[in-house]
Amino acid sequence: MQAAPAKPAPKPSLSELFVAFAIIALLGFGGVLAWARRMMVEERRWMTAEEFNETYAVCNFLPGPNVVNLSVVFGSRVRGPLGSVVALAGLLIPPVVLVTLIGMLYARFGDLPAVRHMLAGMAAAAAGLIAATAAKMAGPLFKSRAIVGPVIALLTCAAVGVMQWSLPLVLVIVAPVSIMLAAANQYWRPR
Amino acid sequence: MKPDGGQLAVLAGHFALLSLFAVGGANSAVPEMHRLAVDVQHWMTDRQFTDLFALAQVTPGPNVIIVTLIGYRVAGFPGAVVATVAMCTPTCLLAYAVGRIFDRSDGAAWQTVVRRGLVPVTIGLVAATAVVVARAADTGWGTVAISLASAAIFYAWRINPVWVFVGAALLGLAGLV
Repeated sequence: MQAAPAKPAPKPSLSELFVAFAIIALLGFGGVLAWARRMMVEERRWMTAEEFNETYAVCNFLPGPNVVNLSVVFGSRVRGPLGSVVALAGLLIPPVVLVTLIGMLYARFGDLPAVRHMLAGMAAAAAGLIAATAAKMAGPLFKSRAIVGPVIALLTCAAVGVMQWSLPLVLVIVAPVSIMLAAANQYWRPR
Repeated sequence: MKPDGGQLAVLAGHFALLSLFAVGGANSAVPEMHRLAVDVQHWMTDRQFTDLFALAQVTPGPNVIIVTLIGYRVAGFPGAVVATVAMCTPTCLLAYAVGRIFDRSDGAAWQTVVRRGLVPVTIGLVAATAVVVARAADTGWGTVAISLASAAIFYAWRINPVWVFVGAALLGLAGLV
C-alpha cells in the first residue's frame, strides 16, 4: 500500500463541514460526485483516495441519492449525528433554495411563448445528457463478453421506460434475479 | 397555491417509498416519478414534467432536487420541503446506520455480489429515464437534432452542461425547435 503523501487534515469542525458540502453542491453541475471527491480527497485531505472509494462504494450500494448518503456517512464519521445533519444541510439547503426560486419563476413565466421555446430546447438537451450518462455507464457492460448484464439492462429499460411499469414491481423481480446471476457468475469464475 | 394536508401526505408517502427503490441514485427513480406525477396523480402534464427535469439538470446540486421542483409544483413551499425531506429521510437513516456498522470494513463478498448484480439494473433505469424524457421532449426534427447533438457532446467531452443548455435554449428561442 502506498503511503499517503501528507497526513490527513485534522477533523473538520461543524462549520467547515457545512461550508464544504455547500460548495460541493453549488459547484456540482450535472454530477456532484466528482466535486465531492476533489474537495474531500484533494483539497481538504479529509480522506485518502482509498477511504473515499470505500465510503462511496457503501453509499452507492445503499438506495437513494448517492452523494446525500455520502454526506450522512462522512458527517457521522467525523462529528457524530450532528455532523451528519450539518453535512446534509450544507449539501441540500443551498440547491433547494435555488431550485425553489426557479420553480417559482417557472410557475409564473413557464407559459410565455419565449420561455416555452427555450424550455423545449433545454428539455431536448436534457434528454441527450441523460442518454449520454446511460451510454457511458453501459460501456464496460457491453465490452465484457458476458451477455447477462446487457440483457438485464435492456429488460429493465424496456419495462420501466417503454412499458412504464411500476418501479417497485420491476425491481422486486429483476434485482434478485440479477444478483443471483452475479453470484452464480462469481462462483463459476472466481477472481 | 394552497397546500392541503392530504396532498402533502400523498407527496410524503410516494417519495419516502420511492427513495428506497432508487438504486444507484435519484436519476434511477425519474421514470417512476414521471409515472406517479403524470399518469397516476395527474399533478402535471408530460411536457411540464420534462420542463422540471431540464430545470433540475441546469440547477447546481445533487440530482435529487427534481423532487423539490415536483413538490413545489404540487403544493408550493410546503410541498417542496415535504417532498425533499421524504425523499432523503429513509435512505439517510439507512446510510447512517449502515455507515456506522460498515465504517471500517471494506466490501464483504456478498456486498460485492449485490453491487455487481445491481449495476445492470441501475444502467437500465438511467436509460429508462432517457427514454421517458426523450419521448416527451423530442416533438419534432429540431428537438430530436438537439437531443442527438447533446448526447454526442456529453458522451465525447467532459463539459460543463450549462453551456450546452444555454445553446439549446438559444436554439429554441430562435425558433428552431
